[in-house]
Amino acid sequence: MARVKEKAIRWTLAALAFSSLIFLVGIIIVLFKEGLPIFKAVRPGDFIFGKFWYPTYDPPEFGIFPLIMASMWVTLGALCVCVPLGVGSALYLNEIAGFKQRSLLKPAVEVLASIPSVVYGFFGMVVVAPFVQNLLKLDTGLCALTASIILGVMATPTVCSIAEDALNCVPNSFREASFAVGANRWQTLTQVVIPAAGSGISTAVILGISRAIGETMTVLMVAGGSAVIPKSFLDPVRPMTSAIAAEMGEAPVGGLHYHSLFAIALILFIVTFVFNIIAELVSRKFRIRLGQSG
Amino acid sequence: MKNGHITQKIGFSALFGCMLITMFFLGAIIYFTVVRGIGAISWGFLTQVPRSGMTEGGVAPAIVGTLYLTAGSILFALPLGLACAIYLCEYSPRGFFVNIIRMSINNLAGVPSVVFGLFGLAVFVKFMKFGISILSGSLTLGILVLPIIISATQEALMAVPHSLREASLALGASKWETIRKIVLPSALPGILTGVILSIGRVAGETAPILFTAATFYSRRYPDSVFSEVMALPYHIYALMTEGTHPEKQTAIAYGCALILMVLVLGVSAIAVYIRQRQRIQNA
Repeated sequence: MARVKEKAIRWTLAALAFSSLIFLVGIIIVLFKEGLPIFKAVRPGDFIFGKFWYPTYDPPEFGIFPLIMASMWVTLGALCVCVPLGVGSALYLNEIAGFKQRSLLKPAVEVLASIPSVVYGFFGMVVVAPFVQNLLKLDTGLCALTASIILGVMATPTVCSIAEDALNCVPNSFREASFAVGANRWQTLTQVVIPAAGSGISTAVILGISRAIGETMTVLMVAGGSAVIPKSFLDPVRPMTSAIAAEMGEAPVGGLHYHSLFAIALILFIVTFVFNIIAELVSRKFRIRLGQSG
Repeated sequence: MKNGHITQKIGFSALFGCMLITMFFLGAIIYFTVVRGIGAISWGFLTQVPRSGMTEGGVAPAIVGTLYLTAGSILFALPLGLACAIYLCEYSPRGFFVNIIRMSINNLAGVPSVVFGLFGLAVFVKFMKFGISILSGSLTLGILVLPIIISATQEALMAVPHSLREASLALGASKWETIRKIVLPSALPGILTGVILSIGRVAGETAPILFTAATFYSRRYPDSVFSEVMALPYHIYALMTEGTHPEKQTAIAYGCALILMVLVLGVSAIAVYIRQRQRIQNA
């Protein structure tokens, strides 16, 4: 009797353990099922490289190239902010800061990570955008530059904490060996610690990119929302996520617009999926190289 | 050698600068939400329904809505997450299927939040006909936090020393008895920390509830799991992008942002406190 119960529990838990796989597969199925019908009306090439996004015009145009470019610009801009800030902060925390500073700064970085994205977006709208507008004398502060700054700050704690984990994995014996041959702390940092943690740090950057591409609320509120191919960082843009979030409410269910938004989500999903897989492969290699398993 | 010293000084200052800028942004966000938000907060703001097309009155329905959505999503995700983590840690740490499950957890964690929203819209709102409702929103948010709960629980379970399990098994307890009476109680603080952190995450999420649960303007409190709700994060977004009185609405949005920050950061502070106390106990 007891053995039957044990077995029943084991199998119940095993069945429930599959839930996340089911949800992931479910998401993939839904994206394909609701996204693919757009390609009956628009050729995939025209969809991805089409220069005009006028989903509500008559006749509508479904070219998401402006949205893709917007996502890329904003993500690149965010990278310029979050890589120096995130990796720099991680290096400072792990290699320079004393125990006291560390125990104060580390939770502070965690606080930055736990601020909701809508608050970042709000802060961007009411503080950063007016500042950028006045500083550069623009028509509107809601542009790719502002979005990049806010997204970059948002991704900083992600990059920082993963990079810090990587630095933690570098054995102290590496540092000691470097000191022993006469290198100072800076030389040790740049020539021993950073190369040793290199692939771990690249994992952090890749996950930062993935985070920035998929972020919705901030770009929806701050990027300005105009769906034309951006010419400069000062143009208002409409990245893929914000197109989905802004337009799904008005798109009639089952219509072409609806399907096109799911197709955008599908592309978004594939891109982040690929980045996450790369990050995982890189970090696995990194762990093996430093002699840790798992 | 002198040169090396100068380079080191410059390099260290640059790194300190990075840290400083990061902290500057944290300070600025907190400063602006507190200083400009505190004026909006009053007893009425917290307890009344909105009036005059969102330009006056309180935001009580949004606060209540956020609490409902958070509670609903945790109720859904916690049992699933616990079961999954227990299975992965205690029963089957290796194997083909387990690797697939692990991979799907990692990838689920990386899915953009707006994609969860679309999934919720297609599956819960349309296919299962729950409509735009607390139920749809909670399920969507639940799937979003599932990976967080699983990894927190796994970490907590792995921190339980093997000797405890072995001692229990040696006394003749079955596997399940060992898990239920020995492993879970010792992992409890860790699991609790994970759950609290996911509460903070869910309470602030906006994109997944955009098309599954949220409504801008409601003078009533939700009366069943099938009603649509106001929610604090969505309310901030809506106040800033819709409506006709931007100035009055921005003031209210500041108030909402402050409440949301207090809620989310307060919840995280509790989690950090529990973790810290646990560490001291273990040391």
